[in-house]
Amino acid sequence: MSIDWTCYDARGFYDEMIASPGRPRALAQNMVKHLQALSSEEIRARQQAAEAAIVKMGITFTVYGEGGNIDRAWPFDIIPRIIAAREWANTAAGLRQRVQALNLFIGDLYGEQRIVRDGVFPAELLANSKNFRRECIGIRPRHGVWAHICGSDLVRDDQGTFYVLEDNLRVPSGVSYMLENRVLTKQVFSELFTDYSIQPLADYPNHLFDMLASIAPSLDMFPEIVVMSPGIYNSAYFEHSFLAQQMGVELVEGSDLVVSDDDCVYMSTIDGLQRVDVIYRRIDDLFLDPEVFNKDSTLGVPGLMRAWRKGNVGLANAPGAGVADDKVVYAFAPKIIKYYLDEDPIIPNVPTYVCLDKAERDHVLQNLDKLVVKPANESGGYGMLIGPTASKHELEEFARRIKADPRNYIAQPMLKLSTVPTMCGDRIEPRHVDLRPFVLHGEKMYVTPGGLTRVALRKGSTVVNSSQGGGSKDTWIVNPEAA
Amino acid sequence: MLSRVAERIYWIARYIERAENSARLVNAYTQQMLDLPSGVEPGWRQLVDIIGDAPAFDEHYRSYDEHNTVSFLVADDFSPSSILTSVSRARENMRTTRELLPTEAWHHCNELYLQVRNHAHEGIPRRGRHAFLKDVIFRCQQLTGLLAGTMSHDTAYDLVRLGRNLERADMTTRIIDSAIFILMPRQRDPGQYDNLLWINVLKSSSGDQMYRQHVRSRIDGAAVVKFLLQDRYFPRSVARAVAEVEFSIHHLPRNEAPLLRILELRERVLMAAVDDMSLEAMHAFIDKLQLAFNLVHNEIFRTWFQIHHPAPRTRTAGMAHA
Repeated sequence: MSIDWTCYDARGFYDEMIASPGRPRALAQNMVKHLQALSSEEIRARQQAAEAAIVKMGITFTVYGEGGNIDRAWPFDIIPRIIAAREWANTAAGLRQRVQALNLFIGDLYGEQRIVRDGVFPAELLANSKNFRRECIGIRPRHGVWAHICGSDLVRDDQGTFYVLEDNLRVPSGVSYMLENRVLTKQVFSELFTDYSIQPLADYPNHLFDMLASIAPSLDMFPEIVVMSPGIYNSAYFEHSFLAQQMGVELVEGSDLVVSDDDCVYMSTIDGLQRVDVIYRRIDDLFLDPEVFNKDSTLGVPGLMRAWRKGNVGLANAPGAGVADDKVVYAFAPKIIKYYLDEDPIIPNVPTYVCLDKAERDHVLQNLDKLVVKPANESGGYGMLIGPTASKHELEEFARRIKADPRNYIAQPMLKLSTVPTMCGDRIEPRHVDLRPFVLHGEKMYVTPGGLTRVALRKGSTVVNSSQGGGSKDTWIVNPEAA
Repeated sequence: MLSRVAERIYWIARYIERAENSARLVNAYTQQMLDLPSGVEPGWRQLVDIIGDAPAFDEHYRSYDEHNTVSFLVADDFSPSSILTSVSRARENMRTTRELLPTEAWHHCNELYLQVRNHAHEGIPRRGRHAFLKDVIFRCQQLTGLLAGTMSHDTAYDLVRLGRNLERADMTTRIIDSAIFILMPRQRDPGQYDNLLWINVLKSSSGDQMYRQHVRSRIDGAAVVKFLLQDRYFPRSVARAVAEVEFSIHHLPRNEAPLLRILELRERVLMAAVDDMSLEAMHAFIDKLQLAFNLVHNEIFRTWFQIHHPAPRTRTAGMAHA
């Protein structure tokens, strides 16, 4: 028996593949035809083949607090998500615009603070920002870029329009899974690659390497680049190790590095000390340098900030870049784009209420049961309130928290997230998705064609985080002429 | 290669070799105890003394009986020298150096760990001990073979060979010591069992056949000790393991200091006049060798693994560039 698409109903949500029961969208027609030709057994066999490949390739992510067994196999759905190249070109332009503006914003905050003086960005928001680092004031990194690797999360609403949901400018993760998902799909659905012209992803590590090389202190032909990880117990260790391997650079931990009294960074190798030019650091600001930040950090390198300030080492992302990775700053992104680039945002924000503002706060408190409330500086989907499904107790608790610390909360309307067909046991059902593309910004800019699609595997759920029951899909940017 | 990574690879090899040799040691000692008539056994405390971990043992046990001592060497997770501890440390080190080692080696090491974790308790009673220990020895040999046969013999492999052979040299001296410990209290009354005991020592190192092929004399204590200490061809002899250590050190950069140490050690091993030594002298000599192995390790650590803190910049005005 094959799939019956006439039973597939997204029930009022925008489904990216099936316009209405039994009617696939134009780009999806080949895919639907192909899936239809397969029996349920064949589809199940392919899902199993993908899962076996994941175990064999050792694609894992780590969940905290599971005792001995901390590595879990990566949850992957075999049905790819399709996005038209023309639509994507516009989205990619929007991402470039956004990252460019955010970098100008960060540089301004650590420089003249024109945006505050001009009254566009409230001074009190800056004063209470958790991720503003006074230690970075007056510094100008190469190319004026602070956030070199950005992962902005995009969602579609019930009209199919893309919105930016949040910007991740500290240490965004997920790119290794994006790459591995493509490898898996090529194994499982190799025949579809002849029907579609899909933009390739595999050269991301080269782009990453080139971007990192472009922030080296000198124009060395062969800069020494390293990936710095907190170690095996970090949830993204697989990715740290993967990227180091793909770029052919060393994967270091803080204890491997020293800053000498020439204020340069060295790594300890069996050949002796070796100068390091660029560090792709995957640890948070506060652990980077115990001389400056968290004194008890054993993950960092004493003197690292000194070396960076003197321009002797490139750090990606730059310390302090996280100031723009704040959901309250997010609410100002359209104004920030207008202020620095004098352009309207290409990709809109999700309408956002800033609880610091009295009028907006009152609106939020009155409509708590209809809104999604997020703390300003959490990631991984933690600490959120989803109003429509929350208990009375939770609503009261959040009202209390918002009143106690309004600066720390924003609220957004409940989005009707788009869906895509997803394997659910033996059936194919609609499930909600988001999309995390990755933007590289050094001397040049690069946007991944597509990104990591995360899918909420539980029926009706919109929580896509892998630590909370989310899965993932390969994402295809498809050129129409060959579709 | 990063110092930290180099150190982990070195320790993977040491822990695998340690697990294998602990299995050999417990097996040899058990066989000896079985062969001795009741009343003359030296007791099980010696087994812990040979490994040199009496303080850790005393923290957890009051009596040096067979169950406790064997459990301490095989199955206890609190014991610094149990087989379980060795394989789980080997596995932890391998988890963080997976990029550099063959994937099959990781799978195999993982299996070895699971096997020991799930079945170590079966190796404590005499009934299951032999089978369990044999299995551990076999699996360690497989892993060693897998690394030798599938890894490029580059720097990473030099470190594997270095760790494996230094550990092996050390453990072989401990296995010799196990016989000396049994013989010492009754050397005034050499028994009919002594030859049997040396045969067991050879067997525990898988050396009985090679001994017969190469030594071609009847088995006696001095000849066996000479074989296990000084034979140049038997892979588990101290001299051979030391030669492998020297060979590995030769390939590594900045090797002057460790090379000097290992050459000193080689002289000491090869020049020892084993024939003329009393049991006490032999035991004292083995003690000294074990200290020397430690010195080699310390030199290896200082040279390649220690995180180098840069020497302070000299501020004296040197010769300017003319």
